[in-house]
Amino acid sequence: MLVGELLASSLRMAVPILLTALGAVFTERSGVVNIGLEGMMIVGSFWGALGAYYYGPYFGLIIAMAAGMFMALIHAINTVTFRVDQVVSGVAINILAYGSTRFLSLAIFNMATTSPHVSGLPKINIPVLSGIEPLKPLVNDISPVIILALLLVPISSFVIHRTVFGLRLRSVGENPLAADTLGINVFKMKYAGVLLSGIFAGLSGAYLALEHTGMYVEGMTQGQGFIALAAMIFGNWEPKGALWASLLFGFSEALSFRVVEGGVVPYQFIKMIPYVLTLLVLTGVVKKSTGPAASGVPYERGLK
Amino acid sequence: MEKAVVLKGITKRFPGIVANDRIDLEVEKGEIHAIVGENGAGKSTLMKILAGIYQPDEGEIYIFGKREKINSPGRAIELKIGMVHQHFMLVDRFTVLENIILGAEKSSGIALDEKRCRKAVEELLALYNFSLNLDARVEEISVGQAQRVEILKVLYRGADILVLDEPTAVLAPQEVRELFNNLRRLKSEGKTIIFISHKLEEVLEIADRITVLRRGKVEGTAIPSQVTKEDLARMMVGKPVMMRFDKEPLDVGEVLLSIEDLVVKESSGRPLVNGVSLKIRGGEIYGIAGIEGNGQKELAEAIIGLRTASAGRIRICGRDIADLSIKEIRDLGVAFIPEDRHRQGLVLPMKVWENMMLGYHTKKDFLKGRSLNLKAIRGFTKNKVEEYGVRLSSIEQPIEGLSGGNQQKVILGRELSRGPKVIVASQPTRGLDVGAAEFVHKELLKMRKKGSAILFISADLEEVLSISDRVGVIYNGKITAEFRPEEVTPEDIGVYMLGGEKGAGEAK
Repeated sequence: MLVGELLASSLRMAVPILLTALGAVFTERSGVVNIGLEGMMIVGSFWGALGAYYYGPYFGLIIAMAAGMFMALIHAINTVTFRVDQVVSGVAINILAYGSTRFLSLAIFNMATTSPHVSGLPKINIPVLSGIEPLKPLVNDISPVIILALLLVPISSFVIHRTVFGLRLRSVGENPLAADTLGINVFKMKYAGVLLSGIFAGLSGAYLALEHTGMYVEGMTQGQGFIALAAMIFGNWEPKGALWASLLFGFSEALSFRVVEGGVVPYQFIKMIPYVLTLLVLTGVVKKSTGPAASGVPYERGLK
Repeated sequence: MEKAVVLKGITKRFPGIVANDRIDLEVEKGEIHAIVGENGAGKSTLMKILAGIYQPDEGEIYIFGKREKINSPGRAIELKIGMVHQHFMLVDRFTVLENIILGAEKSSGIALDEKRCRKAVEELLALYNFSLNLDARVEEISVGQAQRVEILKVLYRGADILVLDEPTAVLAPQEVRELFNNLRRLKSEGKTIIFISHKLEEVLEIADRITVLRRGKVEGTAIPSQVTKEDLARMMVGKPVMMRFDKEPLDVGEVLLSIEDLVVKESSGRPLVNGVSLKIRGGEIYGIAGIEGNGQKELAEAIIGLRTASAGRIRICGRDIADLSIKEIRDLGVAFIPEDRHRQGLVLPMKVWENMMLGYHTKKDFLKGRSLNLKAIRGFTKNKVEEYGVRLSSIEQPIEGLSGGNQQKVILGRELSRGPKVIVASQPTRGLDVGAAEFVHKELLKMRKKGSAILFISADLEEVLSISDRVGVIYNGKITAEFRPEEVTPEDIGVYMLGGEKGAGEAK
């Protein structure tokens, strides 16, 4: 029973990381590094809560995705059209997200750091499986976004590997010059990759606000956008890899809650687990896995 | 016979040069038509016009009898013209199949119809008798196979006219044989092939007709059975008007640069410089003639320490440089004028005076205590700018804003101002207009008079013959012949440049 609870909690923790990591796969595959995903999650959490507060949770999710996409559009204009350094633009996005949400929160909710309580999507039980005793915590009373996130893993994988769009997206991230000579619109593909990542991150932020906490709280993303980047790298730029990596991070977070409750070790150390794991993953794994060859390099016509 | 391609009076000008000068060319359907010429003869420009990359300034293009305007690479593909670039445009991490279909995928809905794509490509493989593993990643296959992927890419797009730009430059001999078999097979299926090369033996073997370009003009068209390699070499090199220099005879001094059996290998172990020996004395200009890519660049880089020798010895003023750093080599009195001034000679976004002191930042006269003596550096730069007549708005301006000739003057000012003993000048006039080139020649002759030993590398045969006291011909990393310019004709040297045997064109 306890194991089941722990796994269910891991899954809940993993979902925001997974969603953002899936988005990161799309943007990286198109050759654009997006460290602004954290900011896009922040924006998603705020606008998700705002949308849900006024018009209900479904509208909240949609407006969160739109807000994430809008931030991604800024990143795309910066990095693809004007070839600004991708890291610099990403940092700017993060700062903009933080500042704008605080400002809007004060203006709209009259509170700087939180929104009023909002209700999420109705929880669901998965038929058939819900009757099986050991699985109960995993399949009963869960957020539909969790199901959606899990479904998006094979869908993303299919899109990247089995569609014309995916082939072209990958070619642009690997060798944009070759793609250009074959008549592929390099800029369009890069915009598509970046915008998709914004939509995913916006959804992820909305999940945190609506499904996880029931309100927007400043700083609620807690660096999960960065952890998602680590998960994407750990998962070797593949949706399925991102799933396993996200579950690992989710598990470490869930575990940290349980151990804190136990009270043996000072809780500050336990809370570090996911972040230490991120660092270890990034230092240890990065050498072995290789991302798209042209990732992070702005493409300019006529340059070799 | 139907004409696949007819060019009439094609002229293309770039600032300062006419790359193609009223070129007429007829290529029949189903023939392999070779276009030969030296570097800079205008071959690649002409082919880029055909591929829609450049637009001609004048002239008409007829494809299969119809007058056409090829204003984009896409239009060229529509006209069934396929370009196989010398530098492959492949996605290394993709499979062979993915590379071939990219951009022209067959699909069902949004999904890629891999089966149909694979079937279409396999039919092509069978038709032309190509062997390729479609599921191998491009990064794993050989250069010859990668080239076949490039050819298949254009065939898959339905090309009837294939333009191959120096296709054999990157291939090993057995791969060349396989390529030629493939080309013959393509020809028998009715494809028209335009084959650009400067390797005469290959051209004589594969082509049905050969058009020779020289200095942007058509020198003539020949049929392989009716000409010899020497005839072609003569057509390519031509009867040049020798440039005239005020070059007084000098008593040469001591040997300042001596190279013995130098071998430089690339990381894969292939020798790029393969046993070069030469000695240059003070007051002497030693010219290296040869077609680009025969080891000239690596030879120059080995002398200044950018590459390590795998065997042999380089001595500068008698000192073996094997264990010296580049800075120590430069301190021995070596000046370097690199062939690619944008990548090696200058830091483009930096100011003119900053570029003028690159590499000399530890010299006492440029320092004040531990910091730079900006006043001295700016003063030095101003002197040099005046002395060399560098045209600029301010020495504070980034050097990328200067013209090529003025950039080169800054490099000369920097490299030649400290009385170098040995000067390595690698293609020092490349891309410069006549006036700037003349300036470079004059400065080098001044240094000769002052007693420097100069290694002068150039792909321009006339230039090498005019300026040098002795000329070595480099081919496949070896100096295959050595002459005094007055006792040899360009034709003779041309034969050696193209890999001819000793004795084939012995000096008269």
